Amino acid sequence: MTAEETTSPRDARVGRIRFMDGQRVNLDGFAHEDASLGLIALHSPADPVPSLVVLDGAVTEMDGRAAADFDSLDAMVATHGLDLTVADEVMALPDVALARMFVDPSVSRAEIVRLVAGATPAKLAQVVAMLRPVELGIAMTKMRARRTPSNQAHVTNRLDDPLLLAADAATAAAYGFRELETTVPVLADAPSNAVAVTIGSVVGAAGVLVQCSVEEAMELEMGMRGLVSYAETVSLYGTESVFVDGDDTPYSKAILAAAYASRGVKMRVSSGAGAEVLMGGAEGCSMLYLESRCVSLARAMGVQGVQNGGIDGASVAGSVPRGVREMMAENLMVMARNLEACTGNDALMSESDVRRTSRTLPILLAGSDYVCSGFGSIQRYDNMFGPSQWNAEDIDDWLAMQRDWGVDGGLRTAPPAEVGRLRRRAAEACRDVYRWLGLADFTDEQVELAVDAVGSKDLGDPDPLVVLSAAQVVRSTGLGSVEVARALLECGYDVEAERLLDMLAARVHGDHLQTAAIFDEQMQVLSLVTDPNDYAGPGTGYEPSPARQAEIDGIRQARGVEDLRADQAAWGSSDLRVLGPAVAGSDPREVVIGLSPGVGRAVWRTLSGLLVVDVLHELLAGLEEEGCLARVVRINSTIDLGMIGLTAARMAGSGIGIGLQGKGTALIHRRDLPPLANLELYSMAPVITSDLYRLLGANAARHAKGATPVPARNPYTDEAIEARYHTSVIALVALERDCVDQAIGPEDIAVTL
Amino acid sequence: MKADGTPSVGMRAFSGRDATELTVDQLARDEISPDDVRIHPDTLEHQAQVAEAHHNPQLAANLRRAGELALLDEAEVLALYESLRPGRSTAQDLADVAARLDGVPAPLCAVLVREAAEVHARRGLLR
Repeated sequence: MTAEETTSPRDARVGRIRFMDGQRVNLDGFAHEDASLGLIALHSPADPVPSLVVLDGAVTEMDGRAAADFDSLDAMVATHGLDLTVADEVMALPDVALARMFVDPSVSRAEIVRLVAGATPAKLAQVVAMLRPVELGIAMTKMRARRTPSNQAHVTNRLDDPLLLAADAATAAAYGFRELETTVPVLADAPSNAVAVTIGSVVGAAGVLVQCSVEEAMELEMGMRGLVSYAETVSLYGTESVFVDGDDTPYSKAILAAAYASRGVKMRVSSGAGAEVLMGGAEGCSMLYLESRCVSLARAMGVQGVQNGGIDGASVAGSVPRGVREMMAENLMVMARNLEACTGNDALMSESDVRRTSRTLPILLAGSDYVCSGFGSIQRYDNMFGPSQWNAEDIDDWLAMQRDWGVDGGLRTAPPAEVGRLRRRAAEACRDVYRWLGLADFTDEQVELAVDAVGSKDLGDPDPLVVLSAAQVVRSTGLGSVEVARALLECGYDVEAERLLDMLAARVHGDHLQTAAIFDEQMQVLSLVTDPNDYAGPGTGYEPSPARQAEIDGIRQARGVEDLRADQAAWGSSDLRVLGPAVAGSDPREVVIGLSPGVGRAVWRTLSGLLVVDVLHELLAGLEEEGCLARVVRINSTIDLGMIGLTAARMAGSGIGIGLQGKGTALIHRRDLPPLANLELYSMAPVITSDLYRLLGANAARHAKGATPVPARNPYTDEAIEARYHTSVIALVALERDCVDQAIGPEDIAVTL
Repeated sequence: MKADGTPSVGMRAFSGRDATELTVDQLARDEISPDDVRIHPDTLEHQAQVAEAHHNPQLAANLRRAGELALLDEAEVLALYESLRPGRSTAQDLADVAARLDGVPAPLCAVLVREAAEVHARRGLLR
């Protein structure tokens, strides 16, 4: 129920409360803790007290349960998941002692991994529950497996349109995502999606892993045929009843893990808080404890990694106290079990931009093997997993956050022209390959639409049977990635064919089956083995290389003085001409408009977008309306607006001057005032309108005549006007300062009317 | 290329062909078969040893089971997975599956199936 629905017919709320109720955060559901339903984050009364009894090398009791009562999860963990040689040592350690080791830079990752290998699910959950949020961040920085952080994207669309999938996959790869995960609204389309995303991925970059998430058996089939290069949606649940509802047991999942590896396909399992609660099978346990069972099980099964923390149940975890913290603790348990962590930030957990940023930021800052296990690189409406925590509209925000904090969140800026080029190449390659393989014929117009499309709503209404038929051909002919690579080559996409062949060759080597493996763009494997995390406090661990730092820093929106100089020069004209040296006037009706040194040289356009010459026209018109004479003088000795205005006032017969900076800030001055005083200041340059400049001119005239000026209200805006304009102001000041010349006195300026 | 930058010589695919032969020229001549891009059981054993050396004996065990499954064809692997899902097999079915695995030979997978049979029986997960 939303806050809106709970109001009675006669609304007793005061305005402040009605206003607050209307904020987006109040679209989110917040739940009271309810341990009986498992709606509880870190500790539940039903969570067992950690225990481990070993007799003759076999576990006879674990977390308060005797071996005879083990469910299938317990059985798998107790038989395969624990290092009994360290079990006594770690189980005897007080929780607080082990918790402190997580944040102590003098205790190595390897030492914690050694100890945690013998910790039962309940023990590990209790330990990580002790860590405060910032401590979780420090622990994550130390404990993640791979030194270099990375990120994963969702690439899907409502129509399963292959051309758009290919263009979007290339785009995601260009932005730096190293894994692309697709899925389908129509199950039978899956093989087509896998082919299209694979084509797009190799157009975008070398070494990008591709997944198509569908029902377990079909996903395995596609993996074995080489249509995808990794699998992730192999779900684990923290209670046996929910596990079985998911139509698997720990043993079927263990065989599935081996099956993927048997064909050189990378694989991780998927779990995370909330799933058991949603399926009514939490057995009264806390989310953290149940997830600890999943993570322990993942290790016991022998998979290399886990996607957890904020997957499908993210909004369940997010609805209870400390739920967001619980999700981060889940991720840390994966790292501590020496596994690859794909750290959620996947399903959208809030309508509030503040809350979803709050949920993700600590993980972005700490760094993770994959900061997101599914950043929606496409439109929210096209995300067939459901909208992600982060979506296409957030890519620039993500890039800015990386730059703000100087951290590597896995993304990079793709130059706009390059995005256009890659989208075209991907859509064309996809059309050509589909035609060559006899899967489908797409028109030039369809290619054009896919290249330019923001999302599938821009594609018109393509025939859904085309995709279905393509998918059926792929499946029935047993077509695999070797055929796709060959088709790319035959159609003239040599580089892309080679990239796909390299991905196939990587399967033969199997180095990417090791923990936390990704490929870099030179096809080097980065993993626990080749790129181990060596964080041991400040001055150690991952730092972006200079080239990578340049990518992080170099967002496309950044501007410098030279960019602004060029922008300003484009507005240059002959409308302002120097007449010669200016002298003081004597007519009591005369008002002088003083210009800053850059005006008419380097600066032509104010921050509001009005040209300086147009501003002058308004000022002159205002002065004329009030019957004053006007003269325009450029003050070349200073950029200080007060001094410009005062100098103008001292040259004016009336003793009243207007100061105008090229950026548009203006004031009225009088010859007998101190420089920093003034009669009126129009400071909000970006929002000063033509009307306001005209009023300024008229008021200056009224001051000159000794009449009463109409009070001018500075325009007000609640936008982040300083964030928008301060970089331009700094550059404009630099341009103005370059034009300062103490040797040139004030000059009379003619303004073309 | 291997992770340390050295070329991987002598890495054989399932077909027995050396991975260095996976070139665009071969692709152009249509001389690459699916088994040329399929991992060899020996390679999985090698990866198991690497995993063991990096403190993950469970991953090593999985890669060794994978080495055994690498010998099975696609349909057999899918059928094995299906047999272990809840309510799919009787105790006898699983005993038969384990015996067939022994014959592959896939003894490590057979052990896992027998263990599953015992746990599934105790937990009511058999057919």
